[in-house]
Amino acid sequence: MSGFFKSSIGRKYAMALSAFFLMFFLLQHFAINILSVFSPDAFNEASHFMGTFWAVQYVLQPVLIFGVVYHFVMGFILEARNRSARVKKYAKNNGAANSSWMSRNMIYSGLCILAFLVLHFIDFWIPEINTKYIQGDMSGLLGNGEGFRYYEELAHKFESPLRVGAYVIAFIFLSLHLMHGFSSAFQSAGATSMRKEKLQLFGKAYAIIIPLGFIFIALFHHFNHH
Amino acid sequence: MNLTLKIWRQKGPKDKGSMVDYKVTDISEHMSFLEMMDVLNEQLINQGEEPVAFDHDCREGICGMCSMYINGEAHGPDRGVTTCQLHMRMFKDGDTITIEPFRAKAFPVIKDLVVDRSSFDRIQHAGGYISVNTSGNTQDANALPISKHAADEAMDAATCIGCGACVASCKNASAMLFVGAKVSQYALLPQGQVEAVDRVKNMVAQMDLEGFGNCTNTGACEIECPKGISLENIARMNREYLSANVKS
Repeated sequence: MSGFFKSSIGRKYAMALSAFFLMFFLLQHFAINILSVFSPDAFNEASHFMGTFWAVQYVLQPVLIFGVVYHFVMGFILEARNRSARVKKYAKNNGAANSSWMSRNMIYSGLCILAFLVLHFIDFWIPEINTKYIQGDMSGLLGNGEGFRYYEELAHKFESPLRVGAYVIAFIFLSLHLMHGFSSAFQSAGATSMRKEKLQLFGKAYAIIIPLGFIFIALFHHFNHH
Repeated sequence: MNLTLKIWRQKGPKDKGSMVDYKVTDISEHMSFLEMMDVLNEQLINQGEEPVAFDHDCREGICGMCSMYINGEAHGPDRGVTTCQLHMRMFKDGDTITIEPFRAKAFPVIKDLVVDRSSFDRIQHAGGYISVNTSGNTQDANALPISKHAADEAMDAATCIGCGACVASCKNASAMLFVGAKVSQYALLPQGQVEAVDRVKNMVAQMDLEGFGNCTNTGACEIECPKGISLENIARMNREYLSANVKS
């Protein structure tokens, strides 16, 4: 296997593998967040479990961080190589004649998602790490000790219309990224065309339903606590 | 029909090159695109100007030599055709047509619309063959049973004429459809199994060395391919490559 991940095809596999992991992560993130709409208590319980269970914190979380960083860094490296493969651009290029806008602009939808992740980390992840591992408060309770803090923090974050607007725009770009990315990951991993039509349909459904669900959650909390 | 042509002119590999406008008149809609180019070149020769250099050979869609990027698409706006099979009826009287060479770092321009596609030859040399003893006692190929399905798929892959439209159309100038087709045509047949591991590894290594970009599955290559080579061949090459690396 020496040199496999340095080759063009090896990197395709690695991008696909990290994409599979990220898409699975997105699904479980959504499953927990949607609980906040139906039951604040269930959302609190699930958040506390994810935030304190050792396997999630010390196994899955590092894998996730590696997956995110790898997907972005390799995405940039491949984009740079791909750009250098055509030094002189066409005077007239009709890309829309043979490919989707989403497939041609993965780097831009990816950059929007990266910008969102910076905001999202500042909003949730960094305060969470600070509370748990710097201040050492693993209780998950509110300052006054009356119940879990997770639902309250979530509701508080979505008060700002600017933040909600930024989240909605980011999820639209996430949807565009997934529209191509989902089936592309399977194609890179060598999936056969026999299953391609159903896979593409499933991928389109995933790319629309999950981001739309996240948009719904953000808007729900914004309008319910305003 | 009367047309305005915007054509890439470049005196040689080191020349900077630029787009130059030409007018052609009385073009028949039944002409092929290359015949229209012939009319232009006759006109230029009569005017004492340098004719436009372009590649062509068979003019029946099988040699893969003609390599023009017409109005932003490899081999022009028609589907499943090479430039020599593109007819002027695809255009309208008064149209402006932009004609450029196939652009890729691995396809350097030699002159005007002629590009050097020897990078494809070097990829083929790296593994696009089977070794057969031809000493006089060669085995009859029909002695090996091959399923109809595998034979058809291998034949589909083998119809690749190596024109380079996949590279020209790909936003990343990737050669994976070409290499995928060449790997597939042997991977699907028993004769290709003996050298399968070395073939895919060596061909992919050569492809990377030539400076082609990486496939991002836009599917542009499949749409623009004059022979309809399927993306399935890229998926098969990926599987072959993974399996070859696991085996050795």
